[in-house]
Amino acid sequence: MGLINNSRAKSPWVVHFDCGSCNGCDIEVLACLTPLYDIERFGILNIGNPKHADVLLVTGTVNPRNERVLRNVYEQIPEPKVVVAIGACACTGGVFADCYNVIQGVDKIIPVDVYVPGCAARPEAIIDGVVLGLQKFQEKVEKMNKKAVGN
Amino acid sequence: MGDRRTVIPFGPQHPVLPEPIQLKLVLEDEKVVEALPQIGYIHRGLERLVKVRDFNQMVFVAERICGICSFQHAMSYCLSIERLMNIEVPERADYLRVIWSELHRVHSHLLWLGLMADAFGFEAMFMETWKIREAVVDMMEATAGSRVIISTCQVGGVRRDIAPELLQQIVKLADDVQRRVKAIEHSVLNDYTIKKRTVDKGVISKEQAWKLGAAGPVLRASGVKWDARMIGYAGYKYLNFEPVVETAGDCYARTKVRFREMFVALDLLRQAVAKIPAGEINVKVKGNPEGEAFIQVEQPRGEVTYTVKGNGTKNLEKMHVRTPTFANIPAFLTMLPGCELADVPVLALTIDPCISCTER
Repeated sequence: MGLINNSRAKSPWVVHFDCGSCNGCDIEVLACLTPLYDIERFGILNIGNPKHADVLLVTGTVNPRNERVLRNVYEQIPEPKVVVAIGACACTGGVFADCYNVIQGVDKIIPVDVYVPGCAARPEAIIDGVVLGLQKFQEKVEKMNKKAVGN
Repeated sequence: MGDRRTVIPFGPQHPVLPEPIQLKLVLEDEKVVEALPQIGYIHRGLERLVKVRDFNQMVFVAERICGICSFQHAMSYCLSIERLMNIEVPERADYLRVIWSELHRVHSHLLWLGLMADAFGFEAMFMETWKIREAVVDMMEATAGSRVIISTCQVGGVRRDIAPELLQQIVKLADDVQRRVKAIEHSVLNDYTIKKRTVDKGVISKEQAWKLGAAGPVLRASGVKWDARMIGYAGYKYLNFEPVVETAGDCYARTKVRFREMFVALDLLRQAVAKIPAGEINVKVKGNPEGEAFIQVEQPRGEVTYTVKGNGTKNLEKMHVRTPTFANIPAFLTMLPGCELADVPVLALTIDPCISCTER
């Protein structure tokens, strides 16, 4: 178990889902992967398949049309998992909070562990958010282990 | 044997698409027969926000229609309001708008080139172009304080000035980017693999492009010489440039157009810095907008049009945006039938889709 837990927390794979973002946060998420920020040096890998992922990065506003997709992606990620809401829109709806087709925040749909502020969120902030998420991830792993031992 | 057709959903969450759009691809074996787009995943309804935000606040909302060409959206909105209210913008502000617009164009095209390379598995190229792009984004941060959404435009001019030393830095940046983009030119435009994936793929003829109302690089790659910057809005009336035109109309031509447009944009930056006059950067805006105005602006993805209608109060009556990707979707759907399933991501990227613009 030790080895598995260690590799889980040391090499989290992230999947990125854009709900209804203006692309500002998305390009910053992608910028994290590129040579200047290079999150791969922390073992963080961006992948397309939610079934391989540990961390879900959500950007943008949720609306009634994409909430089903968001929930679907969230449910496909195996436990334990961490959700990071990136940018003002994902946290609260941001500048679009008053629009008729906007749900004010991702946390209305799925549980969120870390909120990254900013419009657009800076790559440093996103990396910080993911690292904070990893601490939560570790806690969740431990909780799961206790449960498994208890059984 | 009955029906040999398969329907494959492409998206909304797909590795090559940064944004959710769904294409229902009807396939016969590997060949695409029909493509049905399913949209609405990003619709926010921000045009209705004009009812609750006044016309000065709307600049920030317009800017967030799209994070990649954000400055140009803010500028288009401001230009349309200025036309409505007959505001004369100071010359220096016009030039500053050109500088930020062209910085956005360079960063957008580099971003696109990276995503395009990523779509056919050229990971090294993705990293390289995004590395070059960081320098442009850094310049945006140096001049405006923010990396992607820079919020420097306002009705009546611009909010920030660029100091002379920083203007010289921009020239240096332009030379530097030019050198680094030139260095990858050979591996983008003459590479066997890239040619194999792009030449003669998704051909749109000149007549088709014109008829389908394509915009921007898609239109120009098919041989139509049309660039909204030729109208001479903002500072473009003081500068010289030649729109980049190709005739083949395939994915390769579109790649070439965007690639060469970067050099044009860098040249415009140099010209703007050389000619920029001293003076005020904004004028005071008095009164409320009344009447109707329409503006065309060339964004990295093509021509955007803004229509605004004021009713004499601080809130606009109506704002309507018609974005370049919206104009390019019919062209894209014409390209798809007949192509292989594996080519769909490349075709999708050659129109440089920006779904958040399209659905707003």
